[in-house]
Amino acid sequence: MKELKEELKNKIIKELNLGHLSVQDISDNDPLFKEGLGLDSIDALELIVMLDKDYGIKLNDPIEAKKVFESIENLASYINKNRLR
Amino acid sequence: MNKICYINSASSISSQNTFKNKNFFKEIVVSNERTTPALEPNYSEIISKISIRRMSKITKMGIATAQSALKKANIIMPDAIITGTGMGCLENSEKFLKSIIENKEEFLSPTAFIQSTHNTVGAQIALNLKCNNYNMTFVHGSISFELALIDSQLLISENQANNILVGGIDELGKKIVDDTLKLENHYKNGIKAPLSEGSHFFIISSIKTSNSLAILKGIEIYHKIFENEILNKINLFLKKFNISEIDVIILGFNGDIWDKYYKILTDNLFKNTPQVQYKNISGEFSTSSSFGLWLGLELIKKQNIPKEVYLNNIKYNKINTVLLVNQFKGTQFSFILIESAL
Amino acid sequence: MRKNFVSITGMGIISSIGNNLEENFSALINKKAGLSQTSHINTIHKNKIKVGEIKYTNNELIDLLGFDKSENYSRTELLGSIAAIEAIKNSGIKSINKYKTGLISATSVGGMVNTEKYYMSNNSGGKSKNYVKSHHAGKSTERIADSLNITDYISTISTACSSAANAIMLGARLIKSKKLDRVIVGGTDSLAKFTINGFNTLMLLSEKECMPFDANRTGLNLGEGSAFIVLESEEIINKEKKRVLANISGYANANDAFHQTGSSDKGDGAYLAIKKAIKIADIKKDDIDYINMHGTATTNNDLSEGEAIKRIFNSIPPFSSTKPYTGHTLAAAGAIEAVFSILALNNNIIFPNLNFKNKMPELNLSPVTEITYKNLKNVLSNSFGFGGNCTALIFSKNE
Repeated sequence: MKELKEELKNKIIKELNLGHLSVQDISDNDPLFKEGLGLDSIDALELIVMLDKDYGIKLNDPIEAKKVFESIENLASYINKNRLR
Repeated sequence: MNKICYINSASSISSQNTFKNKNFFKEIVVSNERTTPALEPNYSEIISKISIRRMSKITKMGIATAQSALKKANIIMPDAIITGTGMGCLENSEKFLKSIIENKEEFLSPTAFIQSTHNTVGAQIALNLKCNNYNMTFVHGSISFELALIDSQLLISENQANNILVGGIDELGKKIVDDTLKLENHYKNGIKAPLSEGSHFFIISSIKTSNSLAILKGIEIYHKIFENEILNKINLFLKKFNISEIDVIILGFNGDIWDKYYKILTDNLFKNTPQVQYKNISGEFSTSSSFGLWLGLELIKKQNIPKEVYLNNIKYNKINTVLLVNQFKGTQFSFILIESAL
Repeated sequence: MRKNFVSITGMGIISSIGNNLEENFSALINKKAGLSQTSHINTIHKNKIKVGEIKYTNNELIDLLGFDKSENYSRTELLGSIAAIEAIKNSGIKSINKYKTGLISATSVGGMVNTEKYYMSNNSGGKSKNYVKSHHAGKSTERIADSLNITDYISTISTACSSAANAIMLGARLIKSKKLDRVIVGGTDSLAKFTINGFNTLMLLSEKECMPFDANRTGLNLGEGSAFIVLESEEIINKEKKRVLANISGYANANDAFHQTGSSDKGDGAYLAIKKAIKIADIKKDDIDYINMHGTATTNNDLSEGEAIKRIFNSIPPFSSTKPYTGHTLAAAGAIEAVFSILALNNNIIFPNLNFKNKMPELNLSPVTEITYKNLKNVLSNSFGFGGNCTALIFSKNE
């Protein structure tokens, strides 16, 4: 899981153009949206594409998505459970 | 009925070192390259990290020059934001299109699509300022910028706005520009000026200030003008303002066969007028006439014509009245007349 | 005639519910929607989405127009030409250059519909790069201008889904300021892989027929089409004794300045635009008899737009979205819905908001769901686009 979390942090920095941040700046449990990293609905859509492309997971329910994207911790455990790649 | 429109500030990012550079006239570079990218400032000093992360080049150039124009004119909130762009957000359009084709319509980036609409720059400027006022984008080739200017004049004459942020912006993109070059090289007399990009923003205002750069006396556009009509059309245009003599004429020569329109003017009516070109230094792009306007304002400010752009090198006493003429392949004609505000 | 009005003397339209005015009107009053699976676009999403597609192929459109097949016309240009030509005919104009005449069009797709076919083509010859000449949005306007023989003021606006409404507004302003005597205004957009994939990636497309203002709405259906209206000065109306279809009495544009694509919770941009349009029209808000809503059936738009009208109107006028008929025609929507608003005005008919079943709990509002006959004097038409671009137009009966 630790490797996956680090991988996710790197992906987020790359895919969402957060070049001013490094992996150390993103903690496992801090909120990703609104406060914390301050991501928005467009970022959520980008993460949905990433889930499909890199892990083979199709996440279509916006309510479920909200919970999954709450933090790196949540995201990593969701991927662990559901990944096809 | 027509209120006077002042140009109270101007800002440029172009393939020359024009952003906030007072020494530009001494640093002009004439390039032989077929494309010349813009010389961009360090945006981290201008745009916050959180905002900048999604922005494509055209948006960054637009925001930087818009901010600069506002600051120079001491305006915090413009009454309207009007932009002109010929090709819009090419980078993002191409990125999205390429991925549709390469990924066979899967795993596409929503950001690229969202940022590909033509009014993205105008919208981002409004978002940055939290400006709820009138916001318009014109997309019509080489008169995109002029249409934005005309709209700003109209707003002022309607008493709907006093200070309007008006800009012309275009970016090179990646593949469409290459294909455009291939096409131009294929023609016997294609475009010789480099293909380029840039962003030019101005504050057009009903209020004269001590910093007013010029008066925007008149502007007209035409879809089509025949060769045997152009002299007459220019005469009629100038007659409207009781102008019999122009101090400088700025022409959009780009080296292609359609330069013949400018030649008709320089061989006849403007034979003895100082003649200036600009696309040899700004490059050709849909809104390059906004560089032309920016240059015209610099000529009035500095009362000097740099040799790199001066075509006929004749003596001049003053530069007060400047006429700009542009067209693209025999369509999209524009005449802009500016006069010193002093 | 009140001095703040601009007269409309002709209209033309082509959409998925009809190829001209008569067919569109007939479909509207017979509740015949034009949503289906796409036959023209080769997309992997074919079986999952419904679109408002015009069934003519490009070649059939070229034949209808009598154009030259060897010219590489884009679908956007062809649809636009059909609607513009009908508008001129409907207006009874015989000599286009008798008066100072302009053309203002709007498009978001523009030449992209062709570019997406040739962009990655491996043919390296110079001529195959011809697509670059028609990629830009103004090209379709130029072709329409040429087919109508308009040579002076032409213009193209591209502000996403409010584009054509903005074109209409600009036209009205140019007539009022006497810069033009006459102007043809509207917009055109065709279905394209680019936009289908764009909206799909934003998760805004519905697999079913859209349900604006419904609690269970699942998104929008894309559509294609074109509409143009002819605006003429009071001088021409009197001189040529022209029949006036309706008047544009109010118009305004405001920016939401909230988010690149989403609208603010309380619909600030919409609120400001509608409020200002009513002011320009110099009428009371109670004088609005019907609202043709933007109503795309996305979660966000319908909530935001609903909140905006609740903020403005004490007693909310009857309202409906006609997008379940035609789909969301993007840049052309403002013009297509302007034509529908004028048809409503002149026939005293409110067209229904198809597919509606359950009120949104947040709004507690129901749109009109059946053909309703009502004396209409003033109709408000809303169009909102990405980038927070909000435009409101008011059409008033000519009396």
